[in-house]
Amino acid sequence: MIKLETINKTYQVGDSPLRALRDVSLQIGSGEYLSVMGPSGSGKSTLLNMIGLLDRPDSGRYWFDQVATEELNEERRTHLRGENIGFIFQSFHLINRLSAFENVELPMMLAGQPLKQRRIAVADVLAMVGLSQRASHKPNQLSGGQLQRVAIARAIVMRPRLLLADEPTGNLDSKSGGEVIDVLEKLNQDGITLITVTHDQKLGDRARRHIRMVDGSVYSDQTAFENGHANGLKNDHAKTQKSRDETI
Amino acid sequence: MRLSDQFSFNRQIFLRHKVRTGLLLLAVAIGVASVILLTSLGEGARGYMDREFSALGNRILIVLPGRKETTGGGPPIYGAAPRDLTLEDANALGRIPGVLAVAPIIAGTTTVAHSSRSREVITLGSSDKFFGVRQLAVGAGRILSSRSRSEPLAVCVLGIKVKRELFGSSRALGEWVRVGDRRMRVIGVLEERGESLGLDMRDMLLIPVRTAEQLFDSPGLFRILLDIAPSADSDKIQEKILKLIRSRHDGEEDVTVISQDSMLAAFDNILATLTMAIAAISSISLLVAGILIMNISLISVSQRRQEIGLLKAIGASSRQIKQLFIGESLLLISMGSALGIGFAFPLQPPNWAVPAALVVAFGTGLMFSIMPAKRAAALDPVLALRGLQQ
Repeated sequence: MIKLETINKTYQVGDSPLRALRDVSLQIGSGEYLSVMGPSGSGKSTLLNMIGLLDRPDSGRYWFDQVATEELNEERRTHLRGENIGFIFQSFHLINRLSAFENVELPMMLAGQPLKQRRIAVADVLAMVGLSQRASHKPNQLSGGQLQRVAIARAIVMRPRLLLADEPTGNLDSKSGGEVIDVLEKLNQDGITLITVTHDQKLGDRARRHIRMVDGSVYSDQTAFENGHANGLKNDHAKTQKSRDETI
Repeated sequence: MRLSDQFSFNRQIFLRHKVRTGLLLLAVAIGVASVILLTSLGEGARGYMDREFSALGNRILIVLPGRKETTGGGPPIYGAAPRDLTLEDANALGRIPGVLAVAPIIAGTTTVAHSSRSREVITLGSSDKFFGVRQLAVGAGRILSSRSRSEPLAVCVLGIKVKRELFGSSRALGEWVRVGDRRMRVIGVLEERGESLGLDMRDMLLIPVRTAEQLFDSPGLFRILLDIAPSADSDKIQEKILKLIRSRHDGEEDVTVISQDSMLAAFDNILATLTMAIAAISSISLLVAGILIMNISLISVSQRRQEIGLLKAIGASSRQIKQLFIGESLLLISMGSALGIGFAFPLQPPNWAVPAALVVAFGTGLMFSIMPAKRAAALDPVLALRGLQQ
């Protein structure tokens, strides 16, 4: 589904260039559950933005469903992103003046879908995250966990195949964090590809495949075994050092 | 994105910022209203001019003594010509086909007195024709008779103001007044009427032309008013007048003929230009409103960086972001314009004022919203989501 090949990205921070990504190559299959971990500034978020088509690499190639994304113009990338990729952010990024329902509706509205269809889809995803009763609430009337679930509903309302979560529980207490993770994992079980970026070791450990980043490179890439079988992806990152075993 | 969705999206922004939206609406409304009001003012002046001229009579030619020189300066007010324009000239002009009526005028200032009260008034010597040509009517009594064309009758018609000042509320008809060194009987009082082309007919004394000739001891006419037939060709008649005067004045063309049409056209021209200028000046207030909108939009773009970043992340294209911001401004402009037109419309602006104001309003709105919208569209979603400056 996703194939990155020697992606490089350098940011200019002050006077000195910061190499956020160094020759990152990665393949992610459909339906995978991946966690990306690593210290601050290791390039996790940059990688996520790259995969989410929010950012463009300086060099390297990125295929999304066999589509070479670096050849697309901004309009096409936006389209591809809107249709296929859902984002979940640490700070939720809900629009305060809009109700939960309207926030969830936004992606469909931007895509120009008819009202009737939107109503059905929004009610559907709100039910999925357990917030049907809160549809008309404004964000300031909701708790942190509820806010993140609204954000998840928004991320999945377009039925994306890939869900990118940047510290989804970072601003939540452990109980609401757990609820959010339950929702995300349920979605993954239903077939959505889930990538979470996190500092939280416990959260990271729940994924089947763990990627650890250091200084902009993939430091380790391991697939855990669950219920006795592998999730079937081979690691093929020759340049990455074989990891010290942390997770199994 | 559907238009109705965009409206509801923008509406929510307006509701969220009620004060800001209200003030912007006010600015646009004032701009639009001022454009409409000031243009109405110019148009009103033009309408006033038109009415004044039609009050003067439908088709009038004015013959003045003295030649208007081509080297500048207006036509002379008082004849400085070597040869006077005389009553005989006037009678001759009256025989030109197409001329319906001739009203010769001798003008001067006299003292008019009744018992102990006296006043200096402008005195016009003319005939019954004058009333027709100037469309004057008496409120009491009668106008000068047709005998006044040729006989020095000792009668006069008073302007309403002169009557009040000399007689107060008592009856003036049939009374004798002293005009200069003569006694004249009051046969009529003009009806109340406003100023007409600078001549206040309320403050005026009308006497037969021959009487005036004797009173001022001068055969020279101040001017001759000619009422011409609606079917007649004004230009041809003017030529005939000049030819006739030439033949009567030893080949000298020492008069000036002014047609009402030409004066009206000149005034019309001036006032139309003036109206355009006023409209342009009042558009400045709309320009200010536009700059205000731009300023607010720029602030809004930087306040809503995260929102813009988010919208981009969830599938809004740069074009859509632009569309949202420009749409917001245009919606403000439409609402403000509607308000402004609401303010100004009862004053019956000219037909073109409203579309003109709208064009200017939307033009500035568009012009000033493009820059903030572009800036919003150019935001990098990654940085914008983090609330960072680029």
